[in-house]
Amino acid sequence: MTLFLRRTLPLLLTFLFGVAFAVQYYIPHPVSEGALTEISIWLRIILGFAMILGIASLCQVHYAKIRTRVAGWGYSLVVYFSMLITVAVGLWARGQETGTGLGWIYTYTLLALQGTMFSILGFFVASAAFRAFRARSKEATVLLVAAILMMFGRVPLGEYLVPAAGPLAGWLLNVLNLAARRGIIIGISLGGIATSIKIIFGIERSYLGGRE
Amino acid sequence: MPGDSGGSVGLSWRAAPFDGPPLRYQVFFGEQERGPYTQLAEFPANSHYKSDADRPWWSWDRTKNVHFYQVKSTRTLNLVNGRPYFFKVALTDGTQSLEGPGRSAVPEPNLFNWNKANNFLLMIVFSTLVLISISQAKRRPNIFLRRIPGLDAVEEAIGRATEMGRPILYLTGSDDMSSLSTIAATVILGQVAKRTAALDTQLKVPHRDPIVMAVCQEIVKESYLEAGRPDAYREDSNFFITSDQFSYAAAVDGIMLRERPAANFFMGFYYAEALLLTETGAGTGAIQIAGTDADLQLPFFITTCDYTLIGEELYAASAYLSREPVLVGTLRGQDQGKAFLLISMVIGTILATIGALTGTQTFVPVLQLFRDFK
Repeated sequence: MTLFLRRTLPLLLTFLFGVAFAVQYYIPHPVSEGALTEISIWLRIILGFAMILGIASLCQVHYAKIRTRVAGWGYSLVVYFSMLITVAVGLWARGQETGTGLGWIYTYTLLALQGTMFSILGFFVASAAFRAFRARSKEATVLLVAAILMMFGRVPLGEYLVPAAGPLAGWLLNVLNLAARRGIIIGISLGGIATSIKIIFGIERSYLGGRE
Repeated sequence: MPGDSGGSVGLSWRAAPFDGPPLRYQVFFGEQERGPYTQLAEFPANSHYKSDADRPWWSWDRTKNVHFYQVKSTRTLNLVNGRPYFFKVALTDGTQSLEGPGRSAVPEPNLFNWNKANNFLLMIVFSTLVLISISQAKRRPNIFLRRIPGLDAVEEAIGRATEMGRPILYLTGSDDMSSLSTIAATVILGQVAKRTAALDTQLKVPHRDPIVMAVCQEIVKESYLEAGRPDAYREDSNFFITSDQFSYAAAVDGIMLRERPAANFFMGFYYAEALLLTETGAGTGAIQIAGTDADLQLPFFITTCDYTLIGEELYAASAYLSREPVLVGTLRGQDQGKAFLLISMVIGTILATIGALTGTQTFVPVLQLFRDFK
């Protein structure tokens, strides 16, 4: 019975839903589209319940850090404190964001922090480029030359100094880069289909947790 | 209308020999045969031919001397499936008009979208190829696999972490369990966990999705069991951080900087957080292995990681690491599919070029077989 619940039933469900929703793509009937919508709702509901698992894991990990006083345990207190404050304010505001404390926390704390993290990306691009563009090998030299051409082609001053840089950068982007990207995408698509077949037919089952 | 879910009606009528610029067609709609009728559209008499519709030859009669107009449900016009509606077409020159009789039409949903029949056929062909390859692989298990340095380096990265006594950080990407790249990432996690169990190295897997976390917990636990080290399994090796993109990136960056993992694995699908994660990891001096099918993030992974599994290599990882003939067989099927597409593309390019140079429509039916129709 345990093997049936742990192995056979999930594989059976995977096969049935996999085949059904692969075929669904070709059936425009409202019943078929309704089934897809219904499944999307189920997924959202399951995700909602799964979030409880996530929160439990978060609390567990940070509780262990506080209990054992590991280095930086104070940050775990900040996690608890922030979470409880947000939940309390959210309940007080009855989930409404406009003109409430919850909206204030979202706009002036979460959004600001997210913006800060995102803006770091600019610096990281520069530091990654610095490391990648050192001409240590033939490939890196090609990358360096392509990057210089792209920079000249995309910056107004660069195109003013080297007028040919604009069309050349466009050619790099729209011919060489696009061709390589399409090649990768074709590989990904075929790999995706092959992986789906492996999963639907139960050939690949290690995602269920090991093999028999 | 062929291939739709109902809620629309296709009107067609024979073109008149005098159709020309001063004349215009008007389309009228009524709920009853006697009316009243309301005007839905007006267009020049030398437009809206059946041949103008972007539909494939196998599901659409591309007659040139027949006019065609599709009436779709809108906010103001709701066409209910199974209910008859009435339509009239009038020809006008602006001063007087010639009106045809009212005709009834019933919107009906279709059971199969024939526009996508070529897609369906290719899917069947490719799936059959993969299944045949699998059955062949069972008979002849020794199939050559080209080296994938990123996967060969997995062992090296785990060994390095063991020697240094530092943990391994494994990320499964930003998508949920319905994404193929996440499934591939969890499969590789199983193989990595087996090695960490055998070498008694600490494994840390921070998550963005609670369902992925639950699946990974099970996979890691099974891997430790298989490696004969259930005692070494730690319940907290998989943990949830947050589902928010940049908060997750900040937390993982913090783990990298505080705990200095010796090896970082970035498998699965990533968005803008990719560089935030990998650049921080590169700064800590960890050996980094990435595997993603997020083509837009690939340049970031290639510049910041020691090894990168590009696109399909991520899907091939489970076959490569396990060397199971059945899984390896799917790779051969994939390669045959690629060869087929490659040949088709070369032939298609030649035919399309000849068509464009000579103006011939002869090759259109062949080229349409490979087009994506909605």
